Amino acid sequence: MLSSLSHLQLVAFGSATLGVVSGALGSFAVLRKQSLMGDAVSHAALPGVMLVFLLWQTKEPLALVLGAAAAGWCCTLLVLLITQTTRIPPDTVLCGAMSVFFGAGVLLQTYIQKAGVGGASQAGLDRFIIGNAALLLQRDVELMLVLGAATLAVMLLFWKEFKLLSFDPAFAASIGRPTRMFDILLTTLLVIAIVIGLQSVGVVLMSAMVVAPGVAARQFTHKLGRMVALAAFFGGASGVAGTLISDALEGVPTGPAIVLCATAIVVAALLFAPERGLLSRWRRRARPAISKELGQVGDAS
Amino acid sequence: MFAFVTNFDMQMLAVLVAAACALPGAFLVLRRMALITDAISHVILLGIVLAYFIVRDLKSPFLLVGAAIGGVATVALVELLQRTKLVKEDAAIGLVYPALFSVAVLLVTMKAANVHLDVDAALVGHLSFAASRKVQMTATSEMPLSSLVMAVVLTLNVAFIAACYKELKITTFDAALAASLGFMPVLLNYVLMTLVSLTAVTAFDAVGAVLVVPMMIVPAATALLLTNRLAEVLALSVLVAIGAALGGFWLATWANANYAGAIAVVLGLEFAVAWIAAPRRGLIAGRLRRRHQYREFLETLLAIHLLHHEGTPAESEESALAGLHRHLRWPQKQVNRVVGWATGDELMEARDGQLVLTATGRELARHMLGQAHVG
Repeated sequence: MLSSLSHLQLVAFGSATLGVVSGALGSFAVLRKQSLMGDAVSHAALPGVMLVFLLWQTKEPLALVLGAAAAGWCCTLLVLLITQTTRIPPDTVLCGAMSVFFGAGVLLQTYIQKAGVGGASQAGLDRFIIGNAALLLQRDVELMLVLGAATLAVMLLFWKEFKLLSFDPAFAASIGRPTRMFDILLTTLLVIAIVIGLQSVGVVLMSAMVVAPGVAARQFTHKLGRMVALAAFFGGASGVAGTLISDALEGVPTGPAIVLCATAIVVAALLFAPERGLLSRWRRRARPAISKELGQVGDAS
Repeated sequence: MFAFVTNFDMQMLAVLVAAACALPGAFLVLRRMALITDAISHVILLGIVLAYFIVRDLKSPFLLVGAAIGGVATVALVELLQRTKLVKEDAAIGLVYPALFSVAVLLVTMKAANVHLDVDAALVGHLSFAASRKVQMTATSEMPLSSLVMAVVLTLNVAFIAACYKELKITTFDAALAASLGFMPVLLNYVLMTLVSLTAVTAFDAVGAVLVVPMMIVPAATALLLTNRLAEVLALSVLVAIGAALGGFWLATWANANYAGAIAVVLGLEFAVAWIAAPRRGLIAGRLRRRHQYREFLETLLAIHLLHHEGTPAESEESALAGLHRHLRWPQKQVNRVVGWATGDELMEARDGQLVLTATGRELARHMLGQAHVG
């Protein structure tokens, strides 16, 4: 079925997939205040990809995805360990770990380039930095679809547990739910969602695709189901729109185009969403209706 | 020796960049503002691009100003987003900088593709290129322009920290007190942020935006594993940073790879070594300390057991070596080990199959019991 699509359609399809999956799982990250973990995982994935190529000289999408996921996971674990065993502020640990991993990735990539490892096939590895969806092949999109679908399926399967984990982890633990296990599972799903998008959007910008759809959706509803669905829609739409724009304009890489579409959606949501939106807030302030104002106090997410 | 001399300029530049970054970075770490460096370093490209569009000259110092402004603007934007109360801090940062970076990349690829504003170089820098642009210092010697600029920035940072040391110290560790004493912490903060921006922009040329982040915060994180006194943290940060600059340079030379990436890796390695081996706060030290405490604990239990039965009719039964495992309910192996430790530490001695407390041991046990019976 995929082979019948034109190249542009294929790329748009891939971008839509990444948008949907990262939007959906990113919603959980936003709710659990783990937006920066998405950032860390993306940056940390770079050395994973490079190491896989260095050791096995393959650009097989599954191999690269596994390498990226392993590196991202390693970084997350390391951050956790360091935070638990030292008094260094957690934000420093996160930032430091992710930028050191990224630096290692850059080191490996330049080494691969200069040493000519793997011959000509190493060209195009640098697209992992800011992304280039135009280089997506059919096998890449196939993998994205399979992994994306699997991720969403697991998310739906354990929906109730993830919902509980996101909103009241203490309660979940107190009624004997294995919160640790679901925490790890949800984190793994997020890692997968991130790594399938790296080729299109790149490590530097991927965090926006995790955060923006979720934040935008949050402005319209506080129900988890609607938020996730809406976020998935926003993410997918950004993916497609960004790809089309990048194709229409000369020399514009897909990563920034997709991210800017997602950002535009967020800005629109922040301004125009009913009730929570800034525009409606300003209008309410201009016409003081006491009962309405009393009802709107305390809008923090 | 020859290789060292020709690489001298590059190493000098790397060292200057490292030192200049480590100093304000230490305060960022202590103020829990590490994430802002991430945001600033990504936005700098946009500042430079916009400034370039205004002056159309890659060598203009106005680029510096533009980028520095961009840095401070990021902080303001993130704070603005937070103030709407619709977005939390972490999400705000994750939104702002990719968006602004995307705008920068878009502008570069669309409007300035023919100009040498390479996005890759913006990310990871170009140390050898930066070191090759020389400027005449005296009649006979010349120096890389970037090194000169970096030296100036380093001096500025040192001067600021020296001049405002007390104020920085108070506002970092007790912001409320500082405000109540009239130290204007907000102003100080913005001055610090401006210096951070300036440092990031000038370092940008050599090591790129993204690698400014670890150079600012990892040395201070490493230093925090070795001390908790501010002056020492600052000094150690600079040392660690310089070490990484030189180490990274040689690593990159040996591996024929990017300097900035190598420096970041060495920073990570330095941190890892400190994390594991630091004298009091390292993992090994912690392990040893816990093991020592555990040993002390068991020895004390044994001593207390002996004291408890000293002078009572049951003493010969309770203090007999053979029966200890029953009375204490310890596995025999543990009994043997603890007895070995305790006798080695001269807390007790074995006499005819009995354990007898020494004066030291008795005092220890009494001391512990005395504490337990307070009040």
